[in-house]
Amino acid sequence: MAIAHEFDYVKPGTLREAVNTVARYGTRARVLAGGTDLITLIAENMVTPDAVVDIKGIAGLDKIEFKNGVLTIGALVTFSDLRDSPVIAKKFPVIHQMTGWVASVGIRNRATMVGNICSAVPCCDSGPILLVYDAAVLVVGPSGKRKVPLRDWFLGPRKTVLKRGEIATGVTLALPRKKHGACFVKLRRYEGEDLAQASVTVLAYADNTYRISFGSVAPRPIRGERIEALLAGRALSDDLIQEAVRLVPEEIAPITDIRATKEYRMHMVGVMLERGLRAAVERITGSGPAYGTSVI
Amino acid sequence: MTKRITVILNNETRSLDVEPNDILLNVLRETLGVKSPKIGCERGDCGACTVLLDGKTVRTCLILAVEVDGHEITTLEGLSQSGLTPVQQSLLKHNSFQCGFCAPGMVLSATELLGKNPSPSQDEVKEAISGNLCRCTGYEPVIDAIVAVGKKAGKRV
Ligand SMILES: Cc1cc2nc3c(=O)[nH]c(=O)nc-3n(C[C@@H](O)[C@@H](O)[C@H](O)COP(=O)(O)OP(=O)(O)OC[C@H]3O[C@@H](n4cnc5c(N)ncnc54)[C@H](O)[C@@H]3O)c2cc1C
Ligand code: FES
Ligand code: FES
Repeated sequence: MAIAHEFDYVKPGTLREAVNTVARYGTRARVLAGGTDLITLIAENMVTPDAVVDIKGIAGLDKIEFKNGVLTIGALVTFSDLRDSPVIAKKFPVIHQMTGWVASVGIRNRATMVGNICSAVPCCDSGPILLVYDAAVLVVGPSGKRKVPLRDWFLGPRKTVLKRGEIATGVTLALPRKKHGACFVKLRRYEGEDLAQASVTVLAYADNTYRISFGSVAPRPIRGERIEALLAGRALSDDLIQEAVRLVPEEIAPITDIRATKEYRMHMVGVMLERGLRAAVERITGSGPAYGTSVI
Repeated sequence: MTKRITVILNNETRSLDVEPNDILLNVLRETLGVKSPKIGCERGDCGACTVLLDGKTVRTCLILAVEVDGHEITTLEGLSQSGLTPVQQSLLKHNSFQCGFCAPGMVLSATELLGKNPSPSQDEVKEAISGNLCRCTGYEPVIDAIVAVGKKAGKRV
């Protein structure tokens, strides 16, 4: 299948040039990073841009930086780059694990994490993981730079707060100072390449506070704020977990699609929350299932 | 707007004209005459269109030809320029394929894996080829053949 839609291909050498180009075409421009989403969207006529602005010629966007406890992931960093990064493996083992469950190697070699959140598909794996770390997206546009908390980033399926002419240059997050453990639970139809039917991410601190997020069970990746509030300051017990699981229907709004029914998703998120909470808390002390093992 | 691009394809420098909306897979097969990348799903799911781009496996159905200007592409044809590689020999010995449609992608994924990890476990092999779909074999003989290359390499050191 060839692409029928015609467009200009522009490959700016600097960020400024990229911003100017994107601003010039306005809503008729699309940024191209790894292309793993965009090319299919254009081939299937789902988006029909006048210009495709390839940002792969811009220097400096391919860096993973960890300085003073702050991690910054550039817009051209691929899932393979993250997977191979020693600092991610050591300091953010749950991100390391997640990158190994995104698609397969041939996609991960191209697909970027920033592209993943710019696509804003409700089943994206980066969204929920970045949400528990309170990450922020670094944005540049015609009127300068801004930093958007990930909580405010997603508006709905395939919609973000990115404005006309803006480009995301990276995503940034802080390594929690407090002792913590985390767990990413991704439900798939089979081991190997599959999008999440549902996902639950838990970040648990030694002081019994928790951050919880869900993927594939709402129009966008979301935090489980009611459950976080219920758990805050309380040590995990079987009863408390059951109370938390009972709140799941208030947090999420799954739909039925080709990958799962809403009833199945609703039920499994309860099971995943229970296992994710237990594993994250055990991992605070270095026990529990090793990072990389699936608890579902 | 036609663009002139230059690529190093299987160690040979090639210059050609492409349109911005030309997909790399089609250009490789039709303009450059390299037929090992196959047209399968055309949406990144099956791995039949795999090539090595600067040494890493990619799906050519998801790449515009203009994007690879100045880059290096190796296809199965380039890999076996001086005879079958150890992976190919092992796949042959294990009679791993039936129709062979998935074979170029499988060989390249296995080549990339073995380059990074010379003696992969069965699970590591499964993970490395999880984006290469095969309709015929049930994967077992493919996995066995790749694991066997690693075992042989392990013995040598
Ligand atoms: C077979 C297959 C399996 C997959 N499996 C998974 C999976 O398991 N989990 C998962 O989460 N995802 C999965 N994906 C989707 C994943 O590959 C993409 O979401 C990818 O991360 C997008 O990044 P990209 O660099 O390829 O973006 P592109 O395709 O280049 O761009 C995607 C969108 O974001 C915009 N964009 C990209 N970068 C920027 C930027 N810097 N600033 C502004 N806008 C930008 C583009 O304009 C476009 O609209 C899969 C895809 C395929 C094809
Ligand atoms: S044809 Fe490219 S992945 Fe299937
Ligand atoms: S041998 Fe036929 S698709 Fe793999």
